[in-house]
Amino acid sequence: MIDGQLLYVYAVTRPFTAALPSDVRALDGEPPALIEHRGLCAAVSRVPAAHFDAEPLRAHLEDLDWLAGVARNHQAVVSALATVSCPVPLRLATVCRDEDGVRRLLDSGSARFESAIERLDGRVEWGVKVYADSTVPERVEPAPEVTAATGREYLRRRLGQRQTRDRSWQRAGALSRALHADLCERAEAGRLHPPQSGRLSGASGENVLNAAYLVPRDHSDEFVAAVRDRTPQGEGVRVELTGPWAPYSFVGGPDGSPDSGPDVGQDVGPGRGRSEQEGS
Amino acid sequence: MNEGDALAQREIALVDLLDRLLAGGVVITGDLTLRIADVDLVRIDLNALVSSVSAEVPSPFAEFGFQHEHEHEHEESL
Repeated sequence: MIDGQLLYVYAVTRPFTAALPSDVRALDGEPPALIEHRGLCAAVSRVPAAHFDAEPLRAHLEDLDWLAGVARNHQAVVSALATVSCPVPLRLATVCRDEDGVRRLLDSGSARFESAIERLDGRVEWGVKVYADSTVPERVEPAPEVTAATGREYLRRRLGQRQTRDRSWQRAGALSRALHADLCERAEAGRLHPPQSGRLSGASGENVLNAAYLVPRDHSDEFVAAVRDRTPQGEGVRVELTGPWAPYSFVGGPDGSPDSGPDVGQDVGPGRGRSEQEGS
Repeated sequence: MNEGDALAQREIALVDLLDRLLAGGVVITGDLTLRIADVDLVRIDLNALVSSVSAEVPSPFAEFGFQHEHEHEHEESL
């Protein structure tokens, strides 16, 4: 460690000669530094150990504003790298003690980085989310009475609301299955993320499908058009598209196998998920 | 400008970013690097954080219960 500084590693690429976009700034306010080692290149920046050593980092991860700042910066660096090379993004907050640590990281991950670069070069990730939007009425209801006259009337109304919500869920579920199957055919790989909490996303409706697809950059327009074509209008179901992302969701498992990504996202419950990767 | 470019201009939602940065990306193990060891814990903490500031939501647990039933149906049949 040098003067209370650690090295934050954003992504690994092949060494490149093109210039990064001039406005890209890493967490230290400088352009990211590049450490080349045995045919690979790590994009890094110095970060204070007071914030990024194990203990303070753990505390910071529960601070949404802090986390948001680091996440946006991480993404900005990866996205700048994507303009000149094929970055394999690292998990948020991967930190090394010093440059030797970064070189050891490149050595120990060498096979995974090589195979990921091979598989992901020229590809982008698109995010597709489906929401059940139970607030959208399916048909125009008769003018509602101001208050429920009786308990029975109240219950009838509540039941009606629940049925509307259930129908919206069923539609969203059916659309999600069909859409996911179709988009997996069009994409090189698909992966399911856990549905998002509306409280965190601020989005209306309930998130039913939260998927990512790996698509050759050259086929992006067709993929986007396919999503648009399959987006229903005004049926209590909403589809959202995000991207293009660097292929964060497809960097692969411990052996870097191409199909190790899609399985992982199937586990939606808390406490499950990436365990097989964490143990690698 | 094509549709893809238009999307790229839009500000990225934090929650979409966290899906990718906390559950995606290469995880390198070893004592030389620090990493987020337990993604699910982080997610739960964030959920707790966010629901703690939305006190106007009367019954978060009922909401979660409902959502979970459907998540399971959905995931199994997918």
